[in-house]
Amino acid sequence: MSAGDQARAGFLALELDGDGAHPAAWRAARHAPADLLTGERVRSTVLAAESAGFHVATFSDGPLSPGGGADIGGRLDAVQRAAFAGPLTRSIVLVPEVDTVYTEPFHVATQLASLDYVSGGRAGWLVAAGGTEREGAAVGRDIVDGAALALEAAASVEVSRRLWDSWEDDAVIRDVETGRYLDVDKLHYADFETGEDFPGAGYSVKGPAIIPRPLQGQLPVLAPAGLVATGLAADNSAAGIDAVLISAPSLGQLAAAVDNLRERSEGAVAVIAEIDVVLDARGQSAAERVAQLDAHTPWHSTRARYTGDAAGLVELLADVLAKADGVRLHPAVLDVDLDELSRLVLPELRRRGALAPVVPDATFRELLGLGRPANRYASVGN
Amino acid sequence: MSENQEIGHGFKPSGQLQFGIFFQGVNSGTIWKAPESGSQTEFDSFRRLAQTAERGLFAAFFLGEGLRLREHLGRPHALDVAGRPDAQTMLAALAGVTNKIGLVATQNTTYNDPAHLAHRLSSLDLISGGRAAWNVVTTDNAWTGANFRRGGYLDHADRYTHAEAFVETAKRIWDAWDGHAISGSETAPAWQAPGSVRRVRHDGRHYSVDYTPRLPRSAQYRPVLFQAGDSPEGRDFAARQADVIFSAHPAYDGAVAFRRDIVARTVRAGRGANDVKIMPASEFILAATPSEALEKKEWVRSLQIGPEQALAYLEQFWGRELSGYDPDGPLPEIDPVVVETSETRGSGFHGAKARQLADQWRAEAKDKGQSIRQFVSGKTSRVDATFTGSYTDVADTLARYAQTGAVDGFNISPWLVPSGLDEIVNHLVPELQERGVYPTEYAGHTLREHLGLPVPVRSREADDDAAGGLKLELAVGQQQL
Ligand SMILES: Cc1cc2nc3c(=O)[nH]c(=O)nc-3n(C[C@H](O)[C@H](O)[C@H](O)COP(=O)(O)O)c2cc1C
Repeated sequence: MSAGDQARAGFLALELDGDGAHPAAWRAARHAPADLLTGERVRSTVLAAESAGFHVATFSDGPLSPGGGADIGGRLDAVQRAAFAGPLTRSIVLVPEVDTVYTEPFHVATQLASLDYVSGGRAGWLVAAGGTEREGAAVGRDIVDGAALALEAAASVEVSRRLWDSWEDDAVIRDVETGRYLDVDKLHYADFETGEDFPGAGYSVKGPAIIPRPLQGQLPVLAPAGLVATGLAADNSAAGIDAVLISAPSLGQLAAAVDNLRERSEGAVAVIAEIDVVLDARGQSAAERVAQLDAHTPWHSTRARYTGDAAGLVELLADVLAKADGVRLHPAVLDVDLDELSRLVLPELRRRGALAPVVPDATFRELLGLGRPANRYASVGN
Repeated sequence: MSENQEIGHGFKPSGQLQFGIFFQGVNSGTIWKAPESGSQTEFDSFRRLAQTAERGLFAAFFLGEGLRLREHLGRPHALDVAGRPDAQTMLAALAGVTNKIGLVATQNTTYNDPAHLAHRLSSLDLISGGRAAWNVVTTDNAWTGANFRRGGYLDHADRYTHAEAFVETAKRIWDAWDGHAISGSETAPAWQAPGSVRRVRHDGRHYSVDYTPRLPRSAQYRPVLFQAGDSPEGRDFAARQADVIFSAHPAYDGAVAFRRDIVARTVRAGRGANDVKIMPASEFILAATPSEALEKKEWVRSLQIGPEQALAYLEQFWGRELSGYDPDGPLPEIDPVVVETSETRGSGFHGAKARQLADQWRAEAKDKGQSIRQFVSGKTSRVDATFTGSYTDVADTLARYAQTGAVDGFNISPWLVPSGLDEIVNHLVPELQERGVYPTEYAGHTLREHLGLPVPVRSREADDDAAGGLKLELAVGQQQL
């Protein structure tokens, strides 16, 4: 894992929300606007991503930006999109974004464990903590902001992690002799309670889970660097996360931020760099494509952006993958840029040995090089 | 025909039956001890049952819900199948590997937020192409509440007033997008027509909601609403709000009486006599001949209620260990240590008076000369809910239900996972089709079409509210506040 190693193999994630990262992407999509919010659309994008060789698909969620009045105003639940894709795919890892602030942690833990079952251990969780007024108003709660967001996220992650461990791996014994389906000594109460420093209304969750331990034992948990900076733990603790997503306003700053985090974290978490991508396509330059879409709605993004030809992107990604564990791409227009990525970018990166192999039926933990974790209760109890 | 005249109010039998499969996550009916019994939680079990059901033209694949793991004398209950995935996550996955079958998620109104639940249900409805349904349940207790932020905040007496406000809010959320809210082309000024989406607000005792819905109508307009809950309040709630009742009354006379009661309540609620469909929970034990079926039933029962289950069942009501008792002997002579049974075994057991029940049961078992095992087997096997017999006999029995309109179909719990529907689909369904009481193809693409339910018109309340300025405001499009 030496950082300077040229042929260090990383993984590529693709964000599949909507029609692409550009707010006006729907104007360049290959389908009628109303066909976006269908199972067919989920199927075709996730299969395209898998056959292109992407390792991970992510599904954004949350309210659509209030400024986006002219653009896409609908979004299917991210866990369901990922679940729908589960049985249709073999290798691609499915990572929905799920809120931690205004959702019920018990439901979140159950849904994500279920996702792991329907995907054969290919599930992850991208932690979100928006905390906006609109999200709060939907469930009649106040706005949560600042450092409180990280505390909400940490509590939610910890509840899930405890619930996922609340059944030991061999709790289902199906012992015909004694008539016992479960070994109740291998079931544990989560007994979670928010701490004294918890900013909002504290809560508790009893457990055990209503579903056996996920196939991976613990799903990998991803979080944006902002939450980590404000207090979400990036380590092996109860509320800790497994991978950090890093954004920066320019490609240069992104590289520096990746280096910086790698150094500080000493390999305790995976580092994933976020990049917006627009490629030359359909006889148009990338810059022209953006200009055309920007004329409808300007694209404001907090991520570094690559605009150009496929060859340039290959060079860039080879460089970034030499430092980061993975890169998440946000194509301007999925229908257009995914074609180019699949034809010209991924094959070349693979040829150069810059990409980890795509392994059918492998778990997300395996992709991240994480072992299957021991159950916290198993080591204590018996 | 005299039987439907008894039902009255202009009720007309459709002459048809629909099947649903009730995949039970937690129960004593699924016989995990049989060698051919597969996993209760792996996706392949769900896929196989759903695909078999779809081959048999079942209207719906149905999942229950229990938001706390069942307990027995203060510890998790060890004897029955347990552990189940989240209903909507599972159904979304099944949506990808099925084409026609409806996908019904049991979801509780007490431990969910209306905006979130309505959104997730719309999402399932869209991702499945208009095949989703919500089975509304109202289970409430502090014991389940211990898994949620609000805890056990709701009085049992309020469960349906609460549920009704919840369901009405959900309906307004599903009504919030105009029919053609999404523009037809990429050159339109905006993705959504301005003013085509309404903001939904609700201020209630336990919830407030201020939400701009994020999803359009589905191919069936909105999720179909099932209801399960048998109290008078529950029945009235269903009569006002539901499309289908998942009932607990499969035996013929009980089914007719229930139909009559529901038709009367539905008409009283201002709806049509045929507006609410009824599908009782049921179990089928079938074979080529009646005697083989009876033999099979013995075998199924012996695996459903072993000696441990028999004692554990009584322990729930006695509140103490009874392991010293002989399962093949009489009911315990000692009295229960609890006054009321707790809800920890599941909502069906809620609040029975234990001492009274024990006296009654001892008398009943003595009367019938039953051992503990025989008695418990009788109590738990839903005697009423089981159709046992040859394919042709059971088909004849069911044809009578269809002709009189006692029910609109059955929600079938397979006692074996994942092969438990094979005989029904391979042998019973063709017999029913021959009798003209079961579909020979899917009526359409949506669950609403399979069940013969009308597409809702935008709910009157929504328009009234808009007119009265009460709950709805124009929102998105010309972006709101
Ligand atoms: C056939 C049937 C199935 C039910 N399934 C569930 C279930 O899966 N989950 C649940 O929490 N409650 C379930 N219930 C329980 C009802 O929701 C419960 O009775 C209700 O919440 C309380 O209403 P009631 O007092 O009207 O019966 C079911 C009830 C019936 C009749």
